[in-house]
Amino acid sequence: MIPDPTVPTGPGLTPAPSDGAEPTGSAPQPNPEEVNRREFVHSLAAACASGLPLWLGAIRVPAQDPGPPGAPGQDAADHWYGMGVDISKCIGCGRCVYACKVENDVPMEPGCFNTWVERYVIDTKGEAVVDSPDGGIAGFPSAPLDPNVRKTFFVPKLCNHCAKPPCVQVCPVGATFITPDGVVLVDEDYCIGCRYCIQACPYGARWFHPTKHVAAKCTFCYHRVRQGLRPACVEACPTGARIFGEIEGRATPLARFVRFNDTQVLKPNLNTRPKVYYAKLDMEVR
Amino acid sequence: MPQQVPRLLAVFAVAVTALFVMRQKLIPDTFGAVGHYRAAAVESLAVRPVKYAGYQACEACHPELAEKRLSGNHRGVACETCHGPAATHAGDPAGAKPVVPDTRQFCVTCHAYNPSRPTGFPQIDAVAHNFPKPCTECHDPHAPVPPVVPGECSACHAQIWRQKAVSHHAQLLCTTCHEAGEGHKTSPRTMRPTKPMAREFCGACHASAVRAADRVPQIDLAAHGMPYLCCQCHYPHYPETR
Repeated sequence: MIPDPTVPTGPGLTPAPSDGAEPTGSAPQPNPEEVNRREFVHSLAAACASGLPLWLGAIRVPAQDPGPPGAPGQDAADHWYGMGVDISKCIGCGRCVYACKVENDVPMEPGCFNTWVERYVIDTKGEAVVDSPDGGIAGFPSAPLDPNVRKTFFVPKLCNHCAKPPCVQVCPVGATFITPDGVVLVDEDYCIGCRYCIQACPYGARWFHPTKHVAAKCTFCYHRVRQGLRPACVEACPTGARIFGEIEGRATPLARFVRFNDTQVLKPNLNTRPKVYYAKLDMEVR
Repeated sequence: MPQQVPRLLAVFAVAVTALFVMRQKLIPDTFGAVGHYRAAAVESLAVRPVKYAGYQACEACHPELAEKRLSGNHRGVACETCHGPAATHAGDPAGAKPVVPDTRQFCVTCHAYNPSRPTGFPQIDAVAHNFPKPCTECHDPHAPVPPVVPGECSACHAQIWRQKAVSHHAQLLCTTCHEAGEGHKTSPRTMRPTKPMAREFCGACHASAVRAADRVPQIDLAAHGMPYLCCQCHYPHYPETR
């Protein structure tokens, strides 16, 4: 059917039937309830104008930001922190675990560890048995010398402060983040306790705070680092198995450690870019 | 225009307005200022109180102990490793006193024998070693040395000694294979003991018609495992051949 060109058509208007009876009303009378185009535009403008202040407030241009957080004279963007762990120096005394718990008010109950020490026992067939009684906080009971043990050693573990952290990626509210200086932190005032990040961490480095009901993790002792102190675990390690510092640059303890040791990271295939570098790491360590 | 269009538009206007009101109310102030997080959270984490003061704080008031520590074998051990967190003591020296761990239980946290510890780390048998005297009676914890020159290699080389004790070489003395001068006992790292570096040394027992009668495993020194030294395949302190 070809529409009659005399009948005005347009989107939303059905063409009048051309073959039937003429519409009863010669011309549509304006309904007093109906808003004509001019009135509609006016009311729309008024509605928009009433929301305008909110609109302007919602699109916030960040006010002159004082720059990335940092102590006076310390620019967070100038730093890129990491840690080195020398497996061959760890004696499994657990002083790091204790120091971390005290320094960071970590509950003294099992399952709450920012850092912990694992004991690997690898038998002559190459099978590894890993244990960590209470995170190793009180050391490890001396195992009897077993002729079937090929080798045994301790491995301190902690958050790897990945440069591409999967825990940050999954947080639905932006409560965990990586700072410009490369430390992965949790905003415990903003965390909703959904535990996604605990599931996402391939290193098991996160735990759920039993009383605060938020995710918790190693902070590299951010409050200490910002004051120029070393993290508590590094301070407490009696054998220097842990080295903290800047990755970039040549004249830092960590840069020297990475330069003179053959270092590995844990689970490099996951492409999380961990920043905890292990020296003398056995391939059995996961 | 049908009347539902302006009504719908009004509903949309209300919804959009409500969206921005909620954004305004729900998103924290500093969210997004640096990244996809609350920038203020970084500051709140950075101002938490410090519990471990750091050894530099201790050295300011205890220079004599700091000097002694640096001269001895505990030079790499920070004060608070043993004395516990001492930031409160640093702030209030008279009021808060740090721990003085002078029991046997504390020192063996590090120095009890444990096969997982690195070889060469000084380890003792906590039960047999001068029980029940506290360690500090014989050793100065700030610069610990053995009070007497060790008479046995096992005092320092506990791991090797224990492995050897359960191996086929249990009857051999350390001095059968190593020559350790007296200087090694006091300066272990500068005066190193010797190691047998010739195949013929092991061959004295293991390629010997005399020792074959004692059921010592015998090999043909000219053909077996050339061109390697014996210790390149066999660990002499725990030879695996049965």
